[in-house]
Amino acid sequence: MQEHDLSYVRMEMVNAQNAPEREKGVTRWLRKNLFATPIDGLLTLIGLLIVAYALPNIVRWAFIDAAWVGPDRSVCSTQSQGGVQPDGWSGACWAFVNAKFSQFMYGRYPVFERWRVDLTAVMFIALLVPLLIPRIPYKALNAIVFFGVFPVVAYFLLVGGNFGLNRVQTSLWGGLLVTMVLSFVAISVSLPFGILLALGRRSRLPVIKMICVVFIETIRGVPLISVLFMASVMLPLFMPAGTTFDRFLRAVVGLSIFASAYMAEVVRGGLQAIPKGQYEGASSLGLGYWQSMGLIVLPQALKLVIPGIVNTFIGLFKDTSLVYIVGMFDLLAIVRQNFSDANWASPQTPKSGLIFAGLIFWAFCFAMSRYSIYMERRLDTGHRK
Amino acid sequence: MASQMSVRGEEPARVSWVNDPKTRGIVFQVVVAVALIGFIYWIIGNTAENLRRANISSGFAFLNGRSGFDLSQALIPYSSNSTFMRAMIVGLLNTLLVAVTGIITATIVGFLVGIGRLSGNWLIARICTVYVEIFRNLPPLLVIFFWYVGVLSVLPGPRQSVDLPLGGMINNRGLYLPRLLTEPGFWLVPAALALGVVLTFFFIRWGRRRQMATGQVFPGFRVGLGLIFGLPILAFIVSGMPATLEYPEMAGFNIRGGQVVLPEFLSLYLALSLYTASFIAEIVRAGVLGVAKGQSEAAYSLGLSPRRTLRLVVVPQAMRIIIPPLTSQYLNLTKNSSLAIAVGYADLVAIGQTTMNQTGQAIEVVAIWIVVYLGLSLITSAFMNWYNAKMALVER
Repeated sequence: MQEHDLSYVRMEMVNAQNAPEREKGVTRWLRKNLFATPIDGLLTLIGLLIVAYALPNIVRWAFIDAAWVGPDRSVCSTQSQGGVQPDGWSGACWAFVNAKFSQFMYGRYPVFERWRVDLTAVMFIALLVPLLIPRIPYKALNAIVFFGVFPVVAYFLLVGGNFGLNRVQTSLWGGLLVTMVLSFVAISVSLPFGILLALGRRSRLPVIKMICVVFIETIRGVPLISVLFMASVMLPLFMPAGTTFDRFLRAVVGLSIFASAYMAEVVRGGLQAIPKGQYEGASSLGLGYWQSMGLIVLPQALKLVIPGIVNTFIGLFKDTSLVYIVGMFDLLAIVRQNFSDANWASPQTPKSGLIFAGLIFWAFCFAMSRYSIYMERRLDTGHRK
Repeated sequence: MASQMSVRGEEPARVSWVNDPKTRGIVFQVVVAVALIGFIYWIIGNTAENLRRANISSGFAFLNGRSGFDLSQALIPYSSNSTFMRAMIVGLLNTLLVAVTGIITATIVGFLVGIGRLSGNWLIARICTVYVEIFRNLPPLLVIFFWYVGVLSVLPGPRQSVDLPLGGMINNRGLYLPRLLTEPGFWLVPAALALGVVLTFFFIRWGRRRQMATGQVFPGFRVGLGLIFGLPILAFIVSGMPATLEYPEMAGFNIRGGQVVLPEFLSLYLALSLYTASFIAEIVRAGVLGVAKGQSEAAYSLGLSPRRTLRLVVVPQAMRIIIPPLTSQYLNLTKNSSLAIAVGYADLVAIGQTTMNQTGQAIEVVAIWIVVYLGLSLITSAFMNWYNAKMALVER
C-alpha cells in the first residue's frame, strides 16, 4: 500500500470562468456557421458575392427604379425607345400590372357583373378559412356547405342566366378567376375519383383492377398537354354529332381526369401502408366492404397521405396554367396575352408581368405547402416513429 | 336450440346467393365490363359517324404524305418535302435531346443544392433553401416564358451580341458556341476514350478483388480519372491535333460559324432543369437525412475516415431512398418537355399538333403520343428499376 502525501487540498470551489472570446457570441456563430473550415470560408465568400451582386440589383430593379404608375408604355421605356426614362434605365414596369390588374383578375368578365365574382370570392374565403382552422367547430356542416352548396351557388352566380342575372359566357372568363375555378373543380372532383380508382386498383376483382390499372398508368404516362388535347379534340369526336362542348368544360374534364390518376396513386400509397390487421379487424367486426373502407381503412390511409394529397393539389394548381392550350385564358395566359398590347410594349413589360403572375402562383403554392406541413404535425398521433 | 345448431353446423351455413361475396363480385364485374364495352362501342360509333361527316379517313397512311412545314431545329436532315413520319421522328429526337440534357443538368444542380441545404454553412444552406422554395412553387410554364419572353428575347440583336467567356456569344437569336471541326484521324480520340472507360472498368474490378484477397486498397477513382481523361488527350497529341475550334464571329448582319443553340431550346432546357432540380434537391435532402445517424457513428468507430464513411456507408444507403422518387422526377421532366409547344420548340407534341391541324388525324396523333410517352416511361423505369435492384438492400 502506497501512502499519499497530500500537501495541498483545495478547500473552496473556483468560480466558473467566462468562455474564451472566440467561443462565444457573434464570433463563435461566425466561426461555426460560416468559417468552420477553409473550404467553408471559400463557399461563404462565394455565397456573399452572389448575394451582394443579386440583392441590390433586384431591389433596385423591383423597387427603386421601378415605374409604379403611368398611362402607357412611355414610363417603362428609355428615351431611345420612345419613353421618358433615361437611356440605360432598367426597372420593373409595375405601371403595366397596375393598369391591367382587373383584367388579370377577371379576364373579360363584363365590368358591371364583376360584383358576382367578388361575391363568390368572399363566400369562398368565408367558407374556406373556418374549414382550415382546426379550432373552429361545425366542420362537417362547413364541409357540406363548401363542397355541396357553394359550387351550386357559385355556378348560378358566375354563369348566370337565372334569377334575373345576365348570362356570362365562359369564353369571357379569364385571369385568376379561371385559375381558381379550374383548380377548385378539378381538386374536388379528383379526390373522390382518385379514392375510387385507388380502391379499384387494390380490389380483388380482376376486371375492376385491370380497368383501373390501365386507366391510371395510361394517364400518368402521358403529359398533361396531350390529355388536354385529347379532351379538347377528341371529346367532341366521341359525342353524338351536334353535341357542343363548352371549352371551359373540356379543360375541366381534362384536368380532372389527369389529377384523378395522380391522386389514385397517392391514395394507394396510403392504403398499402395500413396493416393487414386493420382490414381483418374490420371484417371480423362484420363490416362489409364499403363500411370497412369508409370507417376503418380510408380515415387512417388518407391521414397518412395528406402531404401527398396537398402536393397533388399544388401540382394541379400549377398545371392549370396549361389550359391556354385549349384556348382558355387563365392568369398566366392573360398576362401573356397583354404583352401584345401595343400601348404597353416595352422591354420591361414581359418580365414585370410574368413576375407578378409568378408571385401570385407562388403565394398560393407556398401557402398550401406550409399548411400541409402544419396539418401533418397536428395529425401525427404518434403511430409512426 | 344449441344441439340443432351443431347438427346443422356440418354443412356450411347457407347464405342467400345475393349476399355471397363471390357471386356479388362476379355479377359486379360483369355489369361493369358490359357497361364499359357498351360505352366504348357507343364512342366508336359516334367517332366513326363524326369522321365520316368530316371526310377524314382513319388509319396511319397519312404518315407517308408530304408534311409541308419547316422545323427550326432538326437533328436529322429534314425539309418541308419530308414525310409526316420523318417530322415525327425529328420531334421525338428533339424531345429526347431536351429531356436528356435537362435530366443531366437537373441531377447535377439538384444534388449540389440538396447537399447545400444540409451544409453546416449557414449562408449556403439559406441560399439553397431560397432556391428550392422559389422554383418548387412556380408553374414550369411560367419559368419557360420568363426565360423566353422576359430574358432571351430582350437581349440585343446580333450586332450588339454579348460576348461570353471561351469565345461564346449570346444575342436574341440564340447562344453561339465554338464548334469542334474535326479532321481525318480524329477517330483516335473517341477510340481512346472508349478504351479508357473499358480499362477503368476492369481496373476497378481487379482492384476490388485484390482488396478482398489482400486488404490492399486500390486507388480506383484516381486511376480511372487518369485513364478516361489522359488517354484521349494523349491520343489527340499523338495523332497530331487533328481538330480545331471554329469560333462564331460577326459577318455582316448575322453571326457566322460556331454552333447555335436556339432560344426556344435554351429557355425550355433552362426552365426544365432549374424546376426539376428544386424537386431533386428535396429528394436528395430527404435521402441523406433518412440514413440513421448510428450508421455513420458505427462507421467512425470502425475507423473509417469521414470521406470513406460518406462513400461506403452513407451514400449507398441514401441512394436507396433517393432512386425511386428520382425516377419519377426524370419521367416528369420528360413529360414536361411537352411544354415546348408554348415557345415553338419542335418537340413531338408540337409537331403532332401541327400534323393534327393539317390532316385532322386527331386520334392517330394522340395514339402516337401515348405510345411514345408510355414507351419512354417504361424504358426509363425499367432502367431505374434495374439500377435500384442493384443498389437495394441485399438481405441475407
